[in-house]
Amino acid sequence: MSTEAPSTSNSKTVKTVSGITVRLCGDSGDGMQLLGTQLTNTSALAGNDIATFPDFPAEIRAPRGTRAGVSGFQVQFASHEVHTPGDTLDALVAMNPAALVTNIADLPKGGLLIVNEDSFEDKDLKLAKLKVNPLEEPAMENYRLIKVPITRLTKQAVAELGLSVKEADRCKNFFAMGLVYWLYGRNMDATLRYINGKFGDGTSSIAKANEKALRAGWAFGETIEALGHSYNIEPAKLVPGTYRNIIGNQAMAYGLMAAAHRSGKEIFYASYPITPASDILHELCKYKNFGVCTFQAEDEIAAVCAAIGASYGGQMAVTSSSGPGIALKTEGMGLALMLELPLLVIDVQRGGPSTGLPTKTEQSDLMQVMFGRNGESPLPVLAAQSPADCYEIVQEAWMLATQLMIPVIVLSDGYIANGSEPWAVPDVTKMTPITVTHPTESNNLDGAFMPYKRNELLARPWAIPGTEGLMHRVGGIEKEDGTGNISYDPENHQKMVNIRAQKVANAAKLLPPQQVVGPQSGELLVLSWGGTYGACLTAVKDAQADGCSVALAHIRYLNPFPSNLGEIISRYKQVLIPELNMGQLRTLIRSRYLVDAIGFNKVKGKPFTVAELHEKICEMTKAGTRNASHSKAS
Amino acid sequence: MSTALPVLKAEDFTSDQDIRWCPGCGDYSILAQMKKVLPEIGVPPEKTVFISGIGCSSRFPYYINTYGIHSIHGRAPTFATGLKLTRPDLSVWVITGDGDALSIGGNHFIHLLRRNVDLNIILFNNRIYGLTKGQYSPTSVEGQITKSTPLGVVDHPLNPISVAIGAEATFIARSVDSNIKHLAYTLKRAAGHKGTSFVEVYQNCNVFNDGAFAYAQDKATRDDTTIELQHGKPMIYGKDKDKGIRLNGLNLEIVDLSQGKVKEDDLLFHDEQANPALVYMLSRLRRPDFPEPIGVFRAVSDQTLEDAVRGQIDKAIEQKGRGNLQKLFSGGETWKVGA
Repeated sequence: MSTEAPSTSNSKTVKTVSGITVRLCGDSGDGMQLLGTQLTNTSALAGNDIATFPDFPAEIRAPRGTRAGVSGFQVQFASHEVHTPGDTLDALVAMNPAALVTNIADLPKGGLLIVNEDSFEDKDLKLAKLKVNPLEEPAMENYRLIKVPITRLTKQAVAELGLSVKEADRCKNFFAMGLVYWLYGRNMDATLRYINGKFGDGTSSIAKANEKALRAGWAFGETIEALGHSYNIEPAKLVPGTYRNIIGNQAMAYGLMAAAHRSGKEIFYASYPITPASDILHELCKYKNFGVCTFQAEDEIAAVCAAIGASYGGQMAVTSSSGPGIALKTEGMGLALMLELPLLVIDVQRGGPSTGLPTKTEQSDLMQVMFGRNGESPLPVLAAQSPADCYEIVQEAWMLATQLMIPVIVLSDGYIANGSEPWAVPDVTKMTPITVTHPTESNNLDGAFMPYKRNELLARPWAIPGTEGLMHRVGGIEKEDGTGNISYDPENHQKMVNIRAQKVANAAKLLPPQQVVGPQSGELLVLSWGGTYGACLTAVKDAQADGCSVALAHIRYLNPFPSNLGEIISRYKQVLIPELNMGQLRTLIRSRYLVDAIGFNKVKGKPFTVAELHEKICEMTKAGTRNASHSKAS
Repeated sequence: MSTALPVLKAEDFTSDQDIRWCPGCGDYSILAQMKKVLPEIGVPPEKTVFISGIGCSSRFPYYINTYGIHSIHGRAPTFATGLKLTRPDLSVWVITGDGDALSIGGNHFIHLLRRNVDLNIILFNNRIYGLTKGQYSPTSVEGQITKSTPLGVVDHPLNPISVAIGAEATFIARSVDSNIKHLAYTLKRAAGHKGTSFVEVYQNCNVFNDGAFAYAQDKATRDDTTIELQHGKPMIYGKDKDKGIRLNGLNLEIVDLSQGKVKEDDLLFHDEQANPALVYMLSRLRRPDFPEPIGVFRAVSDQTLEDAVRGQIDKAIEQKGRGNLQKLFSGGETWKVGA
């Protein structure tokens, strides 16, 4: 639905639409991520619901103009709730031929295509390995193509400031931004504040040039005839409150700080740089005045072990990585499990195996974190479902870690780590405490302190160095329950293995039961986890609107599973498990609940589209019969 | 005020665990000296933490009644670093071996030293893998016959002291398990140094590599095969104190003092703060061509990691004030959605 009304500023009309999906793409040196971030923040400030998907190459600066160097940023902003950055594009902005040819497939017929026509010269085509200019292909007739001489117009706009050719050229992303802002009725104020904050107080020539380029882009939109109208997107009806835009990794850092605050602890964050987890380190190292101590270790192993050392000393210890680094931390995690110390291990998943696809998303570390340790070594595993949920999940993880004296794994992924959405700013005064105690007196009046004497949850006491009379030694060798002394006794080993497993099972007592979106019983249950939440929820809701008998159970607690999950599963005729892996949760669900769950799997480094999930749900609910074979995503 | 502090004794540091080293192992002697020295250092047991890796020597923490972590192979320096960064108030000792510190843990070893964390790391060097029953280690000598090298070791060995110099260690020393007076003195010096104190101890594995350091242990030979480094003193050794070490160009050489041709003043005087290049040259003195130095090679003062890190945190708090979580969360660009 859209309505048209004449614009107040000029003769062009303004069309009101409920949501827009735009992708901005260009060379990785063209500032596309900046453009995307600014458009996102501006849209958030306009009160729209938003979801973003930055997509960039692993190379910092792949050769200019090549397909390998294309960097993109997709954002959906809407007056209704959105949970994904959008399946299909309303508009594509392509700054060069490489960006055009690698992204055009996602623009449907009739979509708006804005290109920088100055970058379609022979040399640009050659860099993109193109023999003919794609702008001259007949296929272009399928789109509303707007060719804009962005480079030339930007140079003209900043001419009077006397910048070098290179400096002037760098402003062209702001020209494109101005044009996009005009098109979608975005307010330029926040971006102007950003420009002046970033490039000086507004008097520097770079700041002035960027502002001029931005305004020139806006003016261009107003002027050219090819763009007949602009768009208006009303604010979304979110739950009342104060909001800000938040990126997943930033939310993870904030969640850690909230957990520290709630437990009266200071954070010790030890990590080794790795994509896409490093931004958590970058964020936390800014907050030294909160007592946050960050340690960039010599390797992944040192990072997890330093965290364990800090935990032994009584600190809130956290380490993070992505799949390859988690592989290296494995032995350390096993030790922390034996020492029964609280520790958070954050795994921001990326495409694997091995180095895999460092900047692309995947959910393929589930089995690794569940089972990737020697011996019988279960650990609690929690997974964030969206960028803002990183804030919540990591606090739940710290609650479990301290109440059970156990390392807890938090899964995120590249998609939610770099993606963003509105976040309701929490009221710090309303936070509930996470109670942590360190004993000061011996728990054994008849003899030496017993470091492995347990409470009702089977947690041992967190006695810390510096406490008189509680000296004790911990280690990776099997220990006698109670005393913690080395023990090779067969019965004791069985007992300790059972206790460690039961501790993990006890986590379910501390966590809320599984919720279901949709009918409480019926034809199909979609069972999802992690970063696919937005796409699965949207697809399920769309299918429900189509009359399909389908519900969604999105699992945030993967080990242990919520206590009511088996019962929920039994209420539906079919179970569909969509995952960005080849069926890892499905294997766990099948083995645990003996249910013939069907998989919907994709490993292309890309998130699910709502459309492909919707199609699968419709197929399964309409067929109404059990389909034993799992199908592949398109 | 005359409230007398309780005087600590070696028994205060003795745990209730049975010691499981082989009879005759050099580790017993090191443990005994440690327990003798700890009360003299004056840090109470509850403020002391022993952290070890894996190997025979790494069982050490179980036998000392302080706090302790028997960790995983090669990683002891990392646990110690994390602990010390968050609990600078504790006295931390790392117990390691030649395989633990220089093979599987080589990376952590050099990074611990260059960061200068204020702790003491004692490397029990027996030139063999004991706990895994007799394979060669990174300090095994070329040609050494071991269970995994029936035709002799072909790797070039690492020299722990040379590695420590290369890794910017601020305190480097060497002692011998059976030379208990010297060992106790060296451990005390290590404890007194602020920064990472690295001590290599020649330790005899009487089961898998017996006699590897007999020359340095045997009272009959040790005066001629080792030279004790003493700060500010000329480098003289030998049963009759008749030999010395002289710097000749870029080389060290042995000189005979008995003829009266070379005077003491011509000798190299040991300086714990000397140019590391000179310390490196000392680390290269090896039998059979030279006596092997024992004692403190180097002791220089530098900022510790935890002081630097805590200093940045303190400064940030001083400059910005204690962080306010609500301010942080509400910061940046926000918008309100009305009811």
